[in-house]
Amino acid sequence: MCVILFAGRVVATRRARREGPDGARTQAAPEPAPVVAIRAVRRGDLREIVAIDAAVTGIEKRAYWHALFRRYGVAGDADRQFLVAEADGAVVGFVIGEVRDWEFGSPPCGWVFGIDVRPEARQRGVGAGLLAAICAGFRRAGVTKVRTMLARDNTLILSFFRSQGMMAGPFIPLEMDLAHGGPR
Amino acid sequence: MKLQKNTRLALYSVLEFALDPARQIAAAEIAAKYGVSPHHLAKVLSELARAGVVESVRGVGGGYRFAGNARRLTLMDVIRMFEELSEPDGERREPGERTPVGRALSAVLSEIDEIATATFSSITLATMLRLLERQQRQAANAARLSGRAERAAARRAARRD
Repeated sequence: MCVILFAGRVVATRRARREGPDGARTQAAPEPAPVVAIRAVRRGDLREIVAIDAAVTGIEKRAYWHALFRRYGVAGDADRQFLVAEADGAVVGFVIGEVRDWEFGSPPCGWVFGIDVRPEARQRGVGAGLLAAICAGFRRAGVTKVRTMLARDNTLILSFFRSQGMMAGPFIPLEMDLAHGGPR
Repeated sequence: MKLQKNTRLALYSVLEFALDPARQIAAAEIAAKYGVSPHHLAKVLSELARAGVVESVRGVGGGYRFAGNARRLTLMDVIRMFEELSEPDGERREPGERTPVGRALSAVLSEIDEIATATFSSITLATMLRLLERQQRQAANAARLSGRAERAAARRAARRD
């Protein structure tokens, strides 16, 4: 099993310095940085993952996360990845994604369809660490592109992905309200 | 969303200042770089200074320098300082907007505006600076590769001679 270790605070500070002028003013916190480990999910993590998701989205989806674990919680499968970030023995974030072949006519590429960090653990590079880890997995799986999709009013997460270098892709999502129209 | 000239100037200026927050830059330097009159730019900079995004530095070599938070300030924050983005009231509506065709067209135009707003709102100045850095790196790599190919071609040509 691949485990990536980093000290959240140190990584965040280095990144901030590299990222721009505001980062140069970032002061290192006096308390020791918690070491964050990124590893494959385990069944025992699900309770905390459900809690993080419920805290962020306001909806508890226990059955959904257990179903995702059955499908994506297979350690060592680079095509399907479900990773968690752990600090001081607690799960502080997770990311989930998979390689999808020829979806929408696109050559195989990595899709990130879930990422979240416990609100009190944010601004320490945990999300960036999770995204870097899943991207490393996608590279091992042989794909060269990663995509995601999210609500356009979700400015916080949109900003996060943008800050990691993501740009608008070549696809436009479309939808239709079936209750009030559409082909019959 | 079509940005007005002042808005574009404000975005150019803010990014120039944020590139090196410690450096004070004269308005004339930015005006020359972007081909606008210093008088026109001065109005934009004074608006940015009023909003606390830049601060003016007096004295010899004076000018402006960045005073905002590049990791928090988004492109939309700057755009809002110069554009009226609220829904037009009844009097300012375009002719025909209330007709069935006008309403259908407005729905499509609103869709475009919402996407533009989401894009501008999600891009901070720090993200823009990284994009700039990435583009410069890519351009440098392309130039290096092109130079290498040209030198190799010249060597091959010399061998043939």
